[in-house]
Amino acid sequence: MSAVIAPGQKIGGIAVAGDRAGNARRTGGGRRRLTTWLLSALSIVLFALFVFPVYWMVNTSFQPNNEIRGSELHFWPDNFTLRNYDTVLFDPGRTPFFPALGNSLVVTLLTVVIALAFAFLAAVAVTRFRFASRRTFIITILVVQMIPGEAMIVSVFRVIDGWHLLNTIVGLTIVYVATVLPFTIWTLRGFVNGVPVELEEAAMIDGCSRSSAFWRVTFPLLAPGLIATGVFGFLQAWNEFVMALVLNARPESMTLPVWLRTFLVANGTTNWAGVMAGSTLMAIPVIIFFLIVQGRMTSGLVSGAVKG
Amino acid sequence: MTTVDRGLDAAPSAAPGDHPAAPAPPRPARPRRRRGGFTPYALLTPALIVLGIIVGWPLVQLIVTSFQEFGRAQVFGAPPEWVWFQNYADVLTDPVFWAVLVRTVLFAGVCVITTMVLGTLIAVMMTRLNKGFRLLLTIGMLLAWAMPPLTSTVVWGWMFDTDYGVINNVLVNVFGLEEYFQHSWLIEPLSFFLVAGVIIVWGAIPFVAFTLYAGLTQVPDEVLEAAQLDGAGGFKRFRLIVFPYLKPIFLITAILQIIWDLKVFTQIFALQDIGGIRALTNTLGVYIYQTSIAGGDFGHGGAIAVITAVLLMSISIYYVRQVTKEEEL
Repeated sequence: MSAVIAPGQKIGGIAVAGDRAGNARRTGGGRRRLTTWLLSALSIVLFALFVFPVYWMVNTSFQPNNEIRGSELHFWPDNFTLRNYDTVLFDPGRTPFFPALGNSLVVTLLTVVIALAFAFLAAVAVTRFRFASRRTFIITILVVQMIPGEAMIVSVFRVIDGWHLLNTIVGLTIVYVATVLPFTIWTLRGFVNGVPVELEEAAMIDGCSRSSAFWRVTFPLLAPGLIATGVFGFLQAWNEFVMALVLNARPESMTLPVWLRTFLVANGTTNWAGVMAGSTLMAIPVIIFFLIVQGRMTSGLVSGAVKG
Repeated sequence: MTTVDRGLDAAPSAAPGDHPAAPAPPRPARPRRRRGGFTPYALLTPALIVLGIIVGWPLVQLIVTSFQEFGRAQVFGAPPEWVWFQNYADVLTDPVFWAVLVRTVLFAGVCVITTMVLGTLIAVMMTRLNKGFRLLLTIGMLLAWAMPPLTSTVVWGWMFDTDYGVINNVLVNVFGLEEYFQHSWLIEPLSFFLVAGVIIVWGAIPFVAFTLYAGLTQVPDEVLEAAQLDGAGGFKRFRLIVFPYLKPIFLITAILQIIWDLKVFTQIFALQDIGGIRALTNTLGVYIYQTSIAGGDFGHGGAIAVITAVLLMSISIYYVRQVTKEEEL
């Protein structure tokens, strides 16, 4: 019985199989080509929809403020200007940018380093050892991830306030470490699981001690996992908004998201060109970072976290 | 306690154009673990201390506060008064709370369904695209995915701006819809949530599409070919082979979306800053913030927070079950 593939079928995931059935091409080649053509056109439309806001943000940020308030749209910054960036970065009348950038960088980097270290130890514990409450611990980790930050924010505020750590780097960092830890432990657990114990044992037969076998054999193999997990922690801490809004509200202790918000609640009409320049400053580094590392990161996650 | 951003959670996703040549390798044998006496506990200590301080203790405090009359006076040292279930009774009989709850659930429902349907369609579409077009779409979605939620809200807010927004401008000048001249998208609650929904779905689709696409590429070609030789048609193959492969990934993704959309904060909060009416557009997360932090009523805020947490935890039980079914712990 010959297989008949309906040309232009809507079912995906089996396109490869469809290609291999030669008769499909003979019976419905024209319609098939039409489908491919339509899908390609659709993918361009979708690409435009996904990219447009990013493009519009950058485009607006390079236009003079009086020009974006005209009835005419400028899809390209004809009168290219860097004034908005100048305003956002150096205008003394605004919440300053550079301290916020500094706070964001310091808090984020500290969070990533501390969370990775703590999570790594915990991941080794749950993957390499047997102990009474192992399963409970892992399930707790999964459940803790689901508690909404907004629900906890008041009591977290009071704990941090009690230690006089409001508006400090340390206070926010502790909170962020706790925020990213569950996910970090869970993901690293998958990566450590992926390195067979046999490798360590082989090294021990060759004369390594147990700990040096771990550090010399297993640890280097975990580097991609640590990078992937670290990047996710970085993005989470960099983008976090609610906690920073409540815990670090003073201008000198703000992080970038809270800084960006000050533009929205400023008195008078919103300076949209300035806001877009601010948004670009906050988003572009993340986007570039994301695009560079994502291949390594996502493939690492697939092999590490999923196939555990 | 978590503020996981969408797309940054434990779930698979695909590298662009990454087609594993072979089906997934068989699951390795159960890893051997040794008894370590105190070692594992020592290794867990730092993580447990941090989680205990920032999650455990505040959680206890939250529950305690929800049984107390706790206002601004108590913040400054006055002893709180125990009112037991009075806060819960107040909240549960408050029509404002029910309006917020219903609004949150409806909004999250529409967002999740839209995201899952569009995400699935795009994932399926990606398997049928030529390499070049697939890369193009992948790059577009990565850009949207990488945008910080606050930034994307601000940018969409500008695009929907009443006076100078690109959307009103195009509707009036290109499509000739004069009624959109200086049309305010955020003042009317339904339209406010339309904008919020667009922002959230736009940001969430990439994660869903990449994850499901990764799942689709795991379906072994051999099995599909065999089914095809046995005479299974396109739809039958999807229903009997592709879907069962995809189902666990689909479920986990959907549950994560439900949880994220139920506790949405940043997008709603920032959009209210730009121009919405707070009282008519609060969702649970924002309502907790308004009651506790802005309103200074920590007792009632605590009760709302506990109710929200219970709601989300009961949904996350399904998530935990799915994940533990998928993976050996």
